[in-house]
Amino acid sequence: MRFLVLVEVRLRPGIADPQGATIERALPALGFEGVEDVRVGKAIRFTVEAADEQQARAEAQAMVERLLANPVIEEAHVQMEGALPAGTAGGRP
Amino acid sequence: MSARIAVLVFPGSNCEHDVVRAVSLVGGADAELVFHDCPALEGFDAVVLPGGFAHGDYLRPGALARFSPVMAAVGRFAAEGGPVVGICNGFQVLTEAGLLPGALQKNSGLRFLCSEVPVEVCSTRSALTFTLGAGDRLLLPINHFEGNYTCDDATLAQLRDEERVVLRYAENPNGSVDDIAGVCNEGGNVVGLMPHPERACDPLTGNTDGRGLVESLVKWAASRSG
Repeated sequence: MRFLVLVEVRLRPGIADPQGATIERALPALGFEGVEDVRVGKAIRFTVEAADEQQARAEAQAMVERLLANPVIEEAHVQMEGALPAGTAGGRP
Repeated sequence: MSARIAVLVFPGSNCEHDVVRAVSLVGGADAELVFHDCPALEGFDAVVLPGGFAHGDYLRPGALARFSPVMAAVGRFAAEGGPVVGICNGFQVLTEAGLLPGALQKNSGLRFLCSEVPVEVCSTRSALTFTLGAGDRLLLPINHFEGNYTCDDATLAQLRDEERVVLRYAENPNGSVDDIAGVCNEGGNVVGLMPHPERACDPLTGNTDGRGLVESLVKWAASRSG
């Protein structure tokens, strides 16, 4: 089965995020008041072939550790977004 | 016999010829280009990872380059005490590869920086600085967007205690913790720095402050070539 995976990579708490800070400063100028704690990260989406969701998640977690995030400054959250319908060759619905 | 220095070329490196030229200006060593898919570094006395945008800096600078076949050879070379210097993007590759601690993130001002900045030699136990004096001031070119050196407090304390902060900015341009411009490993043989000494070796450029660093590396390499 193919599983849909969303990996969100973000800067660890305490790591300065100049992009987030800049966005946070810009928002009030557009009339958006009361916004705090803006953090900019990356979303990485893919599908992966696996026997079940647990295996797909483990695979994604291994990718995070080896490549997708740098643990010195980043942390990552793996979100499973279900399985592709049987017979779907690839690509996201 | 002249020392042999390998200058690595990843897809997207763009300072490799500057390094080769700097070595030839300084003399005492032959620098040769070695491509990213080369699995071995036998016969070399030093390795330089030059600046540029290896693999387009996709994902993170250095994140993909660290898996190049040549990087396994660099790891073995470093473990045997061989001198390895990463300049700018090369520094980013070395941190991603785990050969140096910390990480380089976006400049705190979110600007790409291209200027000459004063730096101070803070440790002379590295391959890049052992012929210089602690406290020496150098004016060196910087040219980066992701040069903001970051590490946790324990790592920073260790770097300070072990005199592994090799260079500091006199005026911090990018937000680096403790004004760090360059660090080395425990053995002093693996060094990474954001400034470009190779661009300050030719009198034609109006600045030869980088020469001492290149000379230091060549001497360290020569001491190994026997």
